[in-house]
Amino acid sequence: MAKQILRASVNDEPIEVLVQPYETLLDALRERLGLTGPKEGCGTGDCGACTVHLDGQPVASCLVLAMQARDRSVRTIEGLAAGTLHPLQDAFVRHGVPQCGFCIPGVLMAAAALLDSNARPSEEEIRYGIAGNLCRCTGYTKMITAITEAAASMQEGARR
Amino acid sequence: MRRFELVLPRSIDDCLKILAERAGQAKVVAGGTDLLPQMKNGLLKPPCVVDLSGVGALRALERANGHGLRIGASVTARALELDPHVRSTFPALAESGALVGSVQVRNLATVGGNLCNAAPSADMAPPLLALDAEAVIAGVKGSRRVPLASFFVGVRRTVLAPEEMLVELSVPALGPHSGGQYLRHTPRRELDIAVVGVASQLTLTDGVCGKARIALASVAPTPVRALAAEQALIGQPITPALIERAAELAVDAARPISDQRGSVDYRRHLVRVLTRRTLTTALERARHGTRGE
Repeated sequence: MAKQILRASVNDEPIEVLVQPYETLLDALRERLGLTGPKEGCGTGDCGACTVHLDGQPVASCLVLAMQARDRSVRTIEGLAAGTLHPLQDAFVRHGVPQCGFCIPGVLMAAAALLDSNARPSEEEIRYGIAGNLCRCTGYTKMITAITEAAASMQEGARR
Repeated sequence: MRRFELVLPRSIDDCLKILAERAGQAKVVAGGTDLLPQMKNGLLKPPCVVDLSGVGALRALERANGHGLRIGASVTARALELDPHVRSTFPALAESGALVGSVQVRNLATVGGNLCNAAPSADMAPPLLALDAEAVIAGVKGSRRVPLASFFVGVRRTVLAPEEMLVELSVPALGPHSGGQYLRHTPRRELDIAVVGVASQLTLTDGVCGKARIALASVAPTPVRALAAEQALIGQPITPALIERAAELAVDAARPISDQRGSVDYRRHLVRVLTRRTLTTALERARHGTRGE
């Protein structure tokens, strides 16, 4: 089976890479581009560990064929903030949110997408915003605290 | 995943040519949220996959003449959930879109995929059945329109021939004073599959029920309408007692099975409860909104 050329924007850089027709976007990101932030948990869209942004919207990259990202914009946890920590990452660090850490890149991408569309989400909205992300360490409470705080600090930053 | 050839058409015509050439050997992928898990676990092994993501025409979501709705087959669950016109005029449809998977799944999952996958539990089927939607099906020899009620023929089986594809759902305009709701029961709101789903749609004419539609998911091999329950409502002023009677009749339309999600008795109970609740909300919405203006 002939490989196909995937041209896309990944973390604001144009990329051109050969992929198999049956390869997922998650595998292309991890195996071909070395972006190992997105993780494969379930491979069936249930756990959210593979969450990336496709044209700004969170998707389960394990359910996207690599070629379906052609001519589109992909953002992974590696590209969430350029050369610094995103306020969400900063809050996750300060609150010690990660335990094993496996789910965290996906949770951060889901939370970043939530805050893009809703700058001051309620606790319930945060819970639903990350409902597609499973944390087997069950560290949800600190996630919600950290996301709430990051939302507030981003608003504060926007006002300054 | 088993190896396959991936074709990347840019138009519906190109899709149809490929489907005709491959005569049953090709599978269409839209959002992939049903297809890829089935391919990963070996349930499906298509030698050829046709990706619809390059066919922009399938993503149109727009008001049709007379203010019905044209929903391209590749419109995502998320688009239906967020579209202001769908939310205000066809709330049952927006509610069903909002219940699919998680946000990561809803951004991929499409209405066409949900219907073509033809699971008995397809969340978008009951509201579309209750809205009298028609499936617009394209083939190399031309297109045909099939009422959604005739679209499903069994568990994971539809009327689509191998060389055909679903391109659009056509929803007729609602009269004034129409309202609807979709509810489902799941142990968990997100990433779960309906134990039972019920959509109700009511139109009031001079204070009585002019039109009634009740559609059920997860209680038969295909999503089904509860015709006797609908008939009981038509021409009558809708009272709580009449809603209770319709809910009772809706139970008779259900032919559920017992499985890990729920027993026959539990599902019948849920049909009664969810029919009552959706009819009550549909009535309230029909009275207060002038939907489908």
